Amino acid sequence: MKTWQRDTISSVIGIIVFTVLLGLVYPLVITGVSQVAFPGDANGQQIKLDGKLVGSKIIGQDFGTPVLGKNGKPEEKEHVEVTTPDPRYFQTRPSATEGIPDNAAASTFSNKGPNSVKTKEADEENIKSYLELNKNPSTKGEYDSGLTVAKIPVDAVNTSASGLDPEISKANAWIQAYRVAAVRHLSLGTVDGLISKYTSGRGLGFSGEEGVNVLELNLALDRLEGKS
Amino acid sequence: MTFTGWLTIVLFAVILTALAFPLGSYMAKVYTGQRVILSPIFAGPERLLYSVLRVDPERGQDWKQYAKSLIVFSLAGWILLYVILRTQDAFFVPHALNPLGYHSAPWNVTFNVASSFMTNTNWQFYSGETTMSYLSQMIGLTVQNWLSAGVGIVVAVALVRGIIGRSGKSIGNFWQDIVRTILYVLAPLSVFVALVMVSQGVIANLSNYLTVHTITGLTQSIAMGPDASQHSIMLLGTNGGGFFNTNSAHPFENPSQFTNFFEMLAVLIIPAALIFFYGRMTGNRRQGYAIYGVVIFMFLGAAAVAYIAEAHGSPAQHAAGLHTGVVSGSTGGNMEGKEQRFGIAGSALFDVVTTVTSCGAVNSAIESFTGIGGAVPFANLSASEVIFGGVGTGLYSILLYVLLAVFIGGLMVGRTPEWLGKKLEAREIKLAGLGILITPLAALFCTALATASKSGRASISSVALSKAGSNTPQGFSETFYAYLSQANNNGSAFGGYTGFIQPNSGNLGSHGITFADILGGFDMMFARYAPILFALAVAGALAGKRITPAGLGTMRTDNPTFAVLLIGVIVLVGALTFFPALLLGPIVQGLTGHLY
Repeated sequence: MKTWQRDTISSVIGIIVFTVLLGLVYPLVITGVSQVAFPGDANGQQIKLDGKLVGSKIIGQDFGTPVLGKNGKPEEKEHVEVTTPDPRYFQTRPSATEGIPDNAAASTFSNKGPNSVKTKEADEENIKSYLELNKNPSTKGEYDSGLTVAKIPVDAVNTSASGLDPEISKANAWIQAYRVAAVRHLSLGTVDGLISKYTSGRGLGFSGEEGVNVLELNLALDRLEGKS
Repeated sequence: MTFTGWLTIVLFAVILTALAFPLGSYMAKVYTGQRVILSPIFAGPERLLYSVLRVDPERGQDWKQYAKSLIVFSLAGWILLYVILRTQDAFFVPHALNPLGYHSAPWNVTFNVASSFMTNTNWQFYSGETTMSYLSQMIGLTVQNWLSAGVGIVVAVALVRGIIGRSGKSIGNFWQDIVRTILYVLAPLSVFVALVMVSQGVIANLSNYLTVHTITGLTQSIAMGPDASQHSIMLLGTNGGGFFNTNSAHPFENPSQFTNFFEMLAVLIIPAALIFFYGRMTGNRRQGYAIYGVVIFMFLGAAAVAYIAEAHGSPAQHAAGLHTGVVSGSTGGNMEGKEQRFGIAGSALFDVVTTVTSCGAVNSAIESFTGIGGAVPFANLSASEVIFGGVGTGLYSILLYVLLAVFIGGLMVGRTPEWLGKKLEAREIKLAGLGILITPLAALFCTALATASKSGRASISSVALSKAGSNTPQGFSETFYAYLSQANNNGSAFGGYTGFIQPNSGNLGSHGITFADILGGFDMMFARYAPILFALAVAGALAGKRITPAGLGTMRTDNPTFAVLLIGVIVLVGALTFFPALLLGPIVQGLTGHLY
C-alpha cells in the first residue's frame, strides 16, 4: 500500500474517532458534570421571583417600560416596542444589540470607531438621555444637583462590548442613586448602602474593575419597598 | 491609568511564567516518550488509538511523509466539517441539538468557516447564537478546535526534533505526536479549565433559549448552550472562536473579573510553555530563556502601549464632551465596546494576549479601540505570530526568525553561521526566509485586492463610512485587519467587516458575500499550510546535519546580545513589510485625532 493510501485510511478513521471523542463524549461529559456539580452556574444563574423567571444574574437587561401610543397600545417602531427608561430602576449601560437593547439572543458589538463622527453623535445622544433621566426638569429641583456632561461616567455613555453588560460603574450608580432615592422616597444612604452590597470585587484582589450588578440592585429595591 | 491596572499586567506576566515553566518540562517528557504522571491513565487509550487508526507510532517519518500525513488529516477534517455545517437542519439532527431549528449557512460562508476552523484561525463570518446549532458547535467546531491546535503543536515539535536531530532523516511520527498532544497536553488542561470556568459562571447546558419576563414588563430571550467545553479548548488551543457572537465579552463566556484573568492565562500557557520546552529539548535551557526574554519584552511593551492609549480615551469621546480621566468610582478611559467588569486594563491586556497569539478571542471590540490602541493588535499581527504566537505556530515561527537572526549575525562577524552546532547553508536560509515572508505576502495581497475592488469594499461596515458615504481610514483598517488576521490565523476582527448577511432569524434568506468569504478562506489556508511546509522542510534539512562542537568564534544564541539581535530582526521585518499600510489606517487615526 502506498503511503498516501495509508494516510487517507488513518485520517478518515481518525477524524471519525476524534469527532466522537472530542465532539460528543467530551462536551457531554463536561456539560453533565457541570449540571450535577454547578447547576446554578451551568444554567446561567437564573433569578426567579415568585416562581417566575425574571432574568439571569449576569445578563444585562433593559429596565424600560413600553411607551403607550395615542390609542393606548404600546408604540412600535419597525416592529419593535419603543421603551423609555423607568426612573424607579437603575439603568444598565447603552447596548448596541439588534432590534432591542440587551438582546441576549443576539449579542453584538457596536463596532463604532474611535475617530468616527457617528460615535461622537451616538455619545452625544446617550449623554442627552442620561442628563434628561437624572436631571429631570419636571420635578422640583434636580435629582443630582450639578450633574454636567463632564461628570457623567464613560460607562454610562459608551456601549458595552457584549451589549449585555450586567454591571455599571460605582460612579454611574451613585449618580443614578439620587434619582432612584427621590422617586422611591428612600434616603440616599439606604440606596448607596444597597449599591455597596451588590458591587462585585476585583478578581484575586487586582484583576478587572468593581461593578454594580443592576438586576440584583433593582430587585433589592423592590424587596425593600415591598416590606415597608 | 491606575496602580491596579499596571499591577494586573505585571502579575499576569509573572504568574504566566511560573505556570508555563513546569508545563514546558512536562511537554519535553511527553514528546520524548518518557513516563509522565498521566501515563498510567492514558498509556492504554494511547495504544488503542494507534491500533484503531492503523498506524505504527514507532515508524519515523521524514519531513515529506510527516507533511503528507498532516495535510491529508487536515483535509479529512475540512471535508467533514463542511458536511456537518451544511446539514445542520437535516432530518437526522435531533431537535434537542438544534432547538431553534437553524438552517445551514450558504456554501460560501461555510467554505470560509470550515477553512477558518481547520486552520486554527476561527475567523467568524457568522454569529454563534443566531446561526449555529448545538450539534454543529459540538461535533463540528469544537472538534476542529482540538485538532487544529494539535496540528500546530506537532509542527513545532517536529521542527525542534529536526534542529536537535543527530542522525537520519526522521523528524518523528505525525500520528504519535497528534495523539500524544491531544491525550497528554490538551485533554487534561481542557477539562480542568472548563470545569473551573463553569464553577465561575460559564454556562454548560443543552437547554432551549430562556424567555424572561422582566420586572418592568418587557421580555428578553437569552441564548444558552454547551459553551464551557468549547470555550476552554478554544482558549487553550489559541483558536479563539466564540460560542457566542461577542466571544469572551459575553457574560456567559467570561462572567467575572477572575475569569478574565484565568482565560488570559489559558490562552498563553501552552505557547509560553513551548518556549521552555524548546530550551529543554536543546539540552541548554538558556536557549529557551533567550527567546522567552524576547517575547515577554515585546509582550509587555505592547500591553503598556495599549493600556496607556485606551486609558487616555478616544477623540470621539472628547468631542462629545466626556471626561475620560480616573474619578472616584470609575476608571474612565475609552469604554466604547468594553465591559465594566474587565475595565480598561483587563480589556487592553486581553486584547494583547489574543493578538500576540493566534487566539483571536476578544473581550472587547477591537474596532472601537483608539487609533494607537488599535495599532497595537495590528503591530502584534505584523510580527507574524512570533510574540508567543499560536500553540506551536508561535514556536516554529520564531525559530525561523532565530535562524534568520543567526544568519544575519554570521554575516556580520564574517563566519559561516552555526546554530546549535549545525552549519546553516543556503537551503535552510531560503526556506526560512520564504516561511517568514509568505504570511505577510498573503495578507498584503488580499488586502490590496479587497481595497481595490468593488466586491471587496462591499464588506466594509456602514459604521466605517463617513457621513458622505465615502470610505474612512477605519474602513481601510477593517479590510486590512480582516486579511491580516486571517493570514496570521488569528481570527480577531475589526468586527464591522462582514461576509455574511442574515436578514431573518433561523438563517432564512441569509447569504454570504462571496468575495470576502472565498478570498478569506484561501488567505487562511495558504498562510497556514505554506509556512507549515517550510517549517517542516527546514526540520528535514537540519535533521541530517552533523553537529560540530562550538568553537571560540561561534556566535552564541543563548545570551542577551542575541536576544537584542532577534528583536531587531523581528521589528525590522515587520516594520518594513507593514509600515506603509499601517500608516493609512490606525496610525493616521491615532496621531491626528481628526473625526471622519
